[in-house]
Amino acid sequence: MNEIQELYREVILDHNRHPRNFGEIEDADRVVEGINPLCGDRITLYLRLNKGNVEDITFNGTGCAISVASSSLMTDKVKGTSVSDSLDLFDKIHRLLTDENDYQAEDLDKLAALSGVRQYPTRVKCASLAWHALKTALTGSETNTSTE
Amino acid sequence: MNAITASQSNIKLISDVASLRADIPALHQKIWGKPLAYLDNAASSQRPQFVIDAVSNHEKRNHANIHRGVHKLSQRATNAYEGAREKVRAFINAGNSREIIFTRGTTESINLVAHSLGLSQLKSGDEVLISWMEHHSNIVPWQLICERTGANLRTIPITDRGELDLEAFNQLLSERTKIVAIVHVSNALGTINPVKEIIDKAHSKGAMVLLDGAQAVAHMRIDVQELDCDFYAFSGHKMFAPTGIGVLYGKKVLLEDMPPYQGGGEMILTVTFKKTTYNTLPYKFEAGTPHISGAIGLGAAIDYLSRIDFNAIAKHERDLLEYATSQLSDLPGSRIIGNAHKKTGVLSFILGDIHAHDIGTILDQEGVAVRTGHHCTMPIMEFFSVPATARASFAFYNNRNDVDQFIGGLRTTLEIFS
Repeated sequence: MNEIQELYREVILDHNRHPRNFGEIEDADRVVEGINPLCGDRITLYLRLNKGNVEDITFNGTGCAISVASSSLMTDKVKGTSVSDSLDLFDKIHRLLTDENDYQAEDLDKLAALSGVRQYPTRVKCASLAWHALKTALTGSETNTSTE
Repeated sequence: MNAITASQSNIKLISDVASLRADIPALHQKIWGKPLAYLDNAASSQRPQFVIDAVSNHEKRNHANIHRGVHKLSQRATNAYEGAREKVRAFINAGNSREIIFTRGTTESINLVAHSLGLSQLKSGDEVLISWMEHHSNIVPWQLICERTGANLRTIPITDRGELDLEAFNQLLSERTKIVAIVHVSNALGTINPVKEIIDKAHSKGAMVLLDGAQAVAHMRIDVQELDCDFYAFSGHKMFAPTGIGVLYGKKVLLEDMPPYQGGGEMILTVTFKKTTYNTLPYKFEAGTPHISGAIGLGAAIDYLSRIDFNAIAKHERDLLEYATSQLSDLPGSRIIGNAHKKTGVLSFILGDIHAHDIGTILDQEGVAVRTGHHCTMPIMEFFSVPATARASFAFYNNRNDVDQFIGGLRTTLEIFS
């Protein structure tokens, strides 16, 4: 695989073409907008929480393939897990996207495909946008997040 | 060699602009193993070796502060800095070098006018007229000033082709209009606006006109006296000079009446705690030590351009635009944003539902540099209902190989996203 195929792996292209959990949750407990001013990516995350678990999570908005696929993969992975596991996952993804020592967590499954952005520093923000929005939704009182 | 002697002695101007590619060191390198096709000139252009040498020679031998030292280096630096001002004057055919103010760039030039002229002269109910195709730097300063003065900001709409709606302009223009601030050439669309007509109409209603010339100066001959614009703003780095240096041209009679924009050294004659008297033009607007080497680089870029036939530059860039437009139009899903009858070499586009950022990354992998995003023109993106575009923009040193590489990269993009 060359670098560009490493970035645009089939799983990324698939989740971009057919994003999972795309839409709104009408009775969401948390709604957080994430904006990447550099390229205009804009996603909104909707979460319904129940007894410390992410019972449901969806997103909508527009963005590049990397940000859409990352959002889609994230919602797939986080849905039905506990808030604390989701925050652990945020830390792992953060390392996956930025760690210079080729960090590879074992339990990331399809999310490991996001590691292709390491070669493209300008694209790390695209991949991390949804995750920052997730962290804000799970921990913060703010309703907006930005990669800047 | 300088601008004045070149034009006065009728030296034959260079018309084979393609041959000038050899003068630009940055173009002769590989990116990801591919030859660089630099098509991001509307964001910033590359420097000729001649400009790099002029800056380097100044830094090596002649650097000192200007206008104050009695020693040799200060005299050399002052002469070079003021020489650059005279070159700028000749380049845009201003009547007087006191009308040339060095700034950090187009943005600061516009902010200077908005703050100095706007705050001192605008009143509640006055109107400032801009257009939908302005760069944010010709929107936000006016919003700030209108908020503070109670003046109203009005906007000339654009057509589907990406041209100004001149009928709407005629209707918006009134005795309430005090300032018309318009982009000469749109950075996102390439549209060359009919600025002479706009200036004449604005003047007939007593309004002043500022032109944002950032995207014009590298591509066409500018004559501020013929245009009769009141202010003309542009940046060095989009015309083969360093970043951090730009120009505000203003009519002397207007600049003289305007209060200083920033206070400090250089802009004063005398200072006491009771009263400060301001320096004469242009120094009244040049507080602090300026970007001396940047101004010298800008002067060198003007010297370099003065050898080249601007008509040949325009023809060469138009040929590249037509070639690229026709190739791009053949690609499935391509849509060109900005189809004005009069355009510079700017090709803004989308490709199906592939996001501009993905296009930009894949083109980069093919050695092709383009801009992706909203180009600091979010209202234009809103008008055309696109979140972002990719943009290829040409300078005199580009050639058809660059276009072929660009189109090849787009074919690769389509394959990856097929």
